[in-house]
Amino acid sequence: MAENANALVGDTASLSINIQGRDEMVIVTARGAARELSRELGFGIVDQTRVATAISEIIRNVVQYASEGEVQFRVIEENGQPGLEMVVVDQGPGIADVERVLRGGYSTGNGFGRGISGARTLMDDFELQSEVGRGTRVWMRKWLR
Amino acid sequence: MNIPVLQIERFLIVSVQGELKDNDVTALQQNLLERLRRTEAAGVLIDLTAVEVVDSYMGRLLRDTAAMIRLMGVPTVVVGLRPAVAVTLVELGLDLPGIHTDLNLERGLTWLRTQMR
Repeated sequence: MAENANALVGDTASLSINIQGRDEMVIVTARGAARELSRELGFGIVDQTRVATAISEIIRNVVQYASEGEVQFRVIEENGQPGLEMVVVDQGPGIADVERVLRGGYSTGNGFGRGISGARTLMDDFELQSEVGRGTRVWMRKWLR
Repeated sequence: MNIPVLQIERFLIVSVQGELKDNDVTALQQNLLERLRRTEAAGVLIDLTAVEVVDSYMGRLLRDTAAMIRLMGVPTVVVGLRPAVAVTLVELGLDLPGIHTDLNLERGLTWLRTQMR
């Protein structure tokens, strides 16, 4: 497993996908990429599903607001521990009340209002930066245990 | 993607394969409700065996679909949730309240039979 993960670290272990407007297929593509990369890293089925669900929530949010953006996957290593990093950047409307969104139960879209807070729960590291009128950047990491 | 609606005994069966897009879901909901009215089916079973990820959006769609079917006076059972999907849903805080779930197709059908009047 660890050997497998090490083989992934390097130039080939980075992948980015464009997000354009309302194209929902990107959700499927990104979910597949997250699952595949985390499986190759040696993540178990539950962690693979957590990672795929988290990226689904975040990209769904971008697509729902018809924003343009990009998702980047990177296999990382810190103190010998491999992990998967996912960064989603969009040029959408931005989030006015980040704290409230991170607490959950708040939505102007179509979900349960728990998408973003849910993604945070499913990942090990999570950061969200947003500026109204400029866009949002979500940074997430999951470590192999 | 056209999602087929099958019929076994007096029940409608929907087996969801892979990703559902907005349009698919709207079409499926209308198709299901229309079929319900036409066939006077006694229950609906939604099979998620092939679904690898259920996010909060899809959770809401499931809940809405079950609510529409209930408004027509018909029970719904959702079956075949994968273990990893069940774990993730609970962690997301989405335990699908108000939706009856069962382990598999056979048990779902058994439950639907008990609901027949």
